[in-house]
Amino acid sequence: MIRANIYVTLKKGVLDPQGEAVSRSLQVMGYQGVQEVRIGKFIQIVLDSDDPEAAGRQLEEMSDKLLANPVIEDFRIEIVAGE
Amino acid sequence: MKFGVVVFPGSNCDADCYHVIRNVAQQDVEYIWHQQHDVKGFDALVLPGGFSYGDYLRTGAIARFSPVMPAVIEFARRGGPVIGICNGFQILLEAGLLPGAMLRNRSLTFICETVNLRVNRTDTMFTNRYAKDQILQIPIAHGEGNYYCDNDTLKRLQDNQQILFTYCDSEGRETEEANPNGSVANIAGIINEQGNVLGMMPHPERCSEPILGGSDGLGIFLSVIDWCQGVSRK
Repeated sequence: MIRANIYVTLKKGVLDPQGEAVSRSLQVMGYQGVQEVRIGKFIQIVLDSDDPEAAGRQLEEMSDKLLANPVIEDFRIEIVAGE
Repeated sequence: MKFGVVVFPGSNCDADCYHVIRNVAQQDVEYIWHQQHDVKGFDALVLPGGFSYGDYLRTGAIARFSPVMPAVIEFARRGGPVIGICNGFQILLEAGLLPGAMLRNRSLTFICETVNLRVNRTDTMFTNRYAKDQILQIPIAHGEGNYYCDNDTLKRLQDNQQILFTYCDSEGRETEEANPNGSVANIAGIINEQGNVLGMMPHPERCSEPILGGSDGLGIFLSVIDWCQGVSRK
């Protein structure tokens, strides 16, 4: 089994209204050093596979096709455990 | 002529579109369940509004891989008229039939109100019933209608005159105040390069008869009908 973490984040320069609202809220709460907040998605996937390379390729394809929208988002795949 | 209204799990404007096409525009229309694999026999397709698959992951992201979508994409590639309204627009973006993507509204709120739209072109299959620069009043109802594309894409949209509808004030000016959701260049609706695929956030099917407070939206359906019947007569 292979476990992977996939981080989907908005590309640089793409407006993040959620992040801005959270950032303002943190400032209102008194956290003065908050420069910027960007909100993304964290996806965990467990694959029935024992080949990290093939799994990596498959995860890349899944991310590109469905998990992230390449127009506005970047993704990063992290294979955390193979048992 | 025969329209097909594609129904995804979570579509909720399908019946409105069906009603307008059948009872107001008086054309044949059938629902197409998302698990159908072909769209044979249809002259135009409508992807209605709603919350397909609960808007999970991203709006339209999962619907885009519904079994019916390869047939919809093929239909569009062959030049068949396709109208995506609201969630339907989001699905067309995810499917790559139109460029760009949707972000959360700038205000972070779901906005349900009637807005002014300017018609930028009338020589298309979707707008030939309108006058150039005509101002339409059509309702929007969305949380993610903040149209985004990069500068190169925006330039292409502008150069090819693909921006059919823009949010404007009552004088037709595309002001920042008239932009309800933060869309790039006040974009409310665009067509593809070939001009046969329209995506728009406002809901023309909700204002296609006077009893609903206005009929500015009907022209879109009638334009498609005129266009197709004109083409078929040639």
